[in-house]
Amino acid sequence: MSTTAPVGTGPRPTIVLVGHGMVGQRFLEALAERGLTATHRVVVLCEEPRPAYDRVQLTSYFSGRTPEELSVTDMEFIAEHGIELHLGDPAETVDRAARKVTARSGLVVGYDTLVLATGSFPFVPPVPGKDAEGCFVYRTIEDLLAIEEYAKARATTGAVVGGGLLGLEAAGALKGLGLATHIVEFAPRLMPVQVDEGGGAALLRTIENMGLTVHTGTGTQEVVTGDDGAVTGMKLSDGSTVATDLVVFSAGVRPRDQLARDCGLTVGERGGISVDDQCRTVSDQRVFAIGECALASDGRVYGLVAPGYEMAETAAATIAAETAPTETADEAAFTGADLSTKLKLLGVDVASFGDAHGAAADCLDVVYADSRSGTYKKLVIGPGGELLGGILVGDADAYGTLRAFTGSVPPIAPEQLVLPAGAGAPVQLGPSALPDEAIICSCHNVTKGAIRGAVTEHSCTTVPEVKKCTKAGTGCGSCVKVLGQLVTSELEASGVEVDKGLCGCFSQTREELYEIVLALRISSYQQLLDRYGRENARGGDGCEVCKPTVGSIVASLAPTIGAEGYVLGGEQAALQDTNDHFLANLQKNGSYSIVPRIPGGEITPEKLIVIGEVARDFGLYTKITGGQRIDMFGARVEQLPLIWARLVDAGFESGHAYGKSLRTVKSCVGQTWCRYGVQDSVRMAIDLELRYRGLRSPHKLKSAVSGCARECAEAQSKDFGIIATAAGWNLYVGGNGGATPRHADLLAQDLSDAELIRLIDRFLMFYIRTADRLERTSTWLERIPGGLDHVRDVVVDDSLGICEELESLMTAHVAAYRDEWAETINDPEKLSRFVSFVNAPDTPDPVVGFVPERDQIKPDLPLLTIGTRPLEGSAQR
Amino acid sequence: MTLAPETTTLRVQLRLAGPDGTDDDWFAVCDLSVLMPGRGVAALLPDGRQVALFLDRTGRMYAIDNRDPFSGAAVLSRGLTGSHEGRPFVASPLLKQRFDLASGVCLDDESVRVTTYEVRAR
Repeated sequence: MSTTAPVGTGPRPTIVLVGHGMVGQRFLEALAERGLTATHRVVVLCEEPRPAYDRVQLTSYFSGRTPEELSVTDMEFIAEHGIELHLGDPAETVDRAARKVTARSGLVVGYDTLVLATGSFPFVPPVPGKDAEGCFVYRTIEDLLAIEEYAKARATTGAVVGGGLLGLEAAGALKGLGLATHIVEFAPRLMPVQVDEGGGAALLRTIENMGLTVHTGTGTQEVVTGDDGAVTGMKLSDGSTVATDLVVFSAGVRPRDQLARDCGLTVGERGGISVDDQCRTVSDQRVFAIGECALASDGRVYGLVAPGYEMAETAAATIAAETAPTETADEAAFTGADLSTKLKLLGVDVASFGDAHGAAADCLDVVYADSRSGTYKKLVIGPGGELLGGILVGDADAYGTLRAFTGSVPPIAPEQLVLPAGAGAPVQLGPSALPDEAIICSCHNVTKGAIRGAVTEHSCTTVPEVKKCTKAGTGCGSCVKVLGQLVTSELEASGVEVDKGLCGCFSQTREELYEIVLALRISSYQQLLDRYGRENARGGDGCEVCKPTVGSIVASLAPTIGAEGYVLGGEQAALQDTNDHFLANLQKNGSYSIVPRIPGGEITPEKLIVIGEVARDFGLYTKITGGQRIDMFGARVEQLPLIWARLVDAGFESGHAYGKSLRTVKSCVGQTWCRYGVQDSVRMAIDLELRYRGLRSPHKLKSAVSGCARECAEAQSKDFGIIATAAGWNLYVGGNGGATPRHADLLAQDLSDAELIRLIDRFLMFYIRTADRLERTSTWLERIPGGLDHVRDVVVDDSLGICEELESLMTAHVAAYRDEWAETINDPEKLSRFVSFVNAPDTPDPVVGFVPERDQIKPDLPLLTIGTRPLEGSAQR
Repeated sequence: MTLAPETTTLRVQLRLAGPDGTDDDWFAVCDLSVLMPGRGVAALLPDGRQVALFLDRTGRMYAIDNRDPFSGAAVLSRGLTGSHEGRPFVASPLLKQRFDLASGVCLDDESVRVTTYEVRAR
């Protein structure tokens, strides 16, 4: 990024984009696709401190998505195309005569083409007190952060002004923050633009059942403040009052057209920069306006992302046609857009598409309503039987299919499209019935034909591949489900059998192998391979993928299937990766590191001294780990039993740092010492660590327990994390740090000690049972059909009736646990593997050597190169 | 390579010189009974070289250089073995490259190869 961009246009013509929201980013991508980033200098002025992010999914911040995860900007893309992106530096003035834009920082950029994508601003009704402390709008990540901070510090109730789409999003956010939430809507029903009276009623019931208070048909008259100037309540136009600590205005948006007004561009009577079919401003051929700031040629301002994307494409195509006029004319035009939407608001599906309100002449409604389940579905049917539009509340699964059929006569009777399955509706209309020209992804205008082509011609076999190839499903995401069905049916139709097998030896998945091992009590890898392996793998030696996987399954189930509990016992010894084989972590020069278990991170001074003495006596490098333990590096294989003899003698046991198993349960110091703590987090962490120690799983398991909501133990980044509440414990699952961080999801709240442990027992055993090899809980949760909701159904509500079995599997594991290192050092036969050379057991490996660094040792790397020929032209993996 | 009968008194021997050498060129490293099918052990040769010695489930033995050419560490004896399209291999425990136990060729990068040794039980 350059901050000293030269004034005026250089040898390349300059495109200046004002605004870097979702539409602005789409415009940049459209420029790049047409090669315009190569022929033009592209400068972006962005007011917000961060590059374009997914405003549509803003609320998902409160369910754990980070601002980084919300980003829709690939910084590599920006760099690769040489785009000059200026963050936090909005355009302040435009001089159209001199063709210059001046930014707040004083930066002046000349342009040949100016594109305004300034978006919109939230409308705040002019009521007294609207600017009081505790009043917010809901538009940017910064707004969210401010609401969150205020809510946590000083609010127990919150009110949202506006019961439309954004208002309900905001209400969901407040509810997620734990506030008692009110919604005030001036219209007689919620979401008046999208749904009709019946849909609004269904929505109202469902939302009230969630504990929110809804006030419809009334406006906000005044925001009431206390002595300190902060919000205490609201007066409504019907004379009632609402006590609240926080107010969010979400009563619609207005186009941000001030910059355009200031430089004399024509704007509409009710705002919006007037543009023609090519998104060019009607006042200036060199200036375009796209997205929510533009007043389209049909006289409307579009507040949805899909029309904004279409405008971005139109503007880019028009600029491209201007640049290379000889090219086959790219006759792009934006003349209006479909307002179809599908949203999940407060967990309720709401969708409307086409002529949702039945405005066409002679149309008929087909309505299905079920107040008990809060479902309302209406289809608008034209006189010729064609589907014109519809509204779906509570269950919008059919949205993708129905929207694609809009304008045509569906192949089955309309009532069958809205009746629930099993209610006299035997026909399930799948996406396979759709014509090729049906639009599946309206954000990126991708047809069914294009998606089929991605599978048949571009060899895509998964939804992520199709998304990458066609962009379908990368906008609002509402079509991803239909996308998955299409990809599967297309693959099946083309006879492609998707091999989900574990490896070249087994055609089964890890989950299927687990079921086989459990059901048939098979504890022998060879038996499993010879009976259930692929034809050509039977009788062979297996491979490095399935051996440890089967070893792990057998170890997880050992007490139940009657297998040897010791992971290095019998045939299992040959299955374990080197780390498990030597019960230590292999390092780059062939030495090992050692991590004794320190449950909960609590350790006595005596034990600390033992670790210090052992490390000193064996010359080991010591380092504190991220899991509140101490790692000792540089042990030779023949030293491991000697070191562990001392550690076991002092009361230490294996920390399983080498295993795909429970690693550590971190804790904060908790209620015992901390003035904020509400529970004894250290005791709980120790209890959990001792309960699940040694549990073999598809991948490593990490955990933490925080003693209060300040979350010092970082439990939400763990596979299972526990946060204390005044009433007990909240259990979070599926968190991860590392390369793909993921915030954990809340599985259950305010649990007692016993409830918490029972739920973790079930969760872990369900994960061990169904996860793929090397699949952390975070990816597992995202992959399994139904995701978190399904896992909750299974482990909380016992929907599969397996909880008793899951619990008994865990009980068996806990009862059968033995310390692997204590067992090893007490058995001469087990010790025999810990030798450097089979014919010279005490001769150290000459390649393992160390040199000093910062008063400790580090591997002597030059030793590794002696006697090995350098590798030429071979890529290291 | 030879098929070793099931017995515990046999000694595993590695051939040190070229194929036209005499019996004196065979170097005994351990009893056959210490080898575990599917796992390897390291042996030290008189000249300081290291050998990784493996036994497969049919009783066949293999010996290759113990140094992992990708990392330089002497760790191949600690890798997991398997068979790929009928070829026996060991996967380096460090970065998982696989080496054909019979030819020494790296299955993931054919330009890389480790030394192989003849091995027998007597």
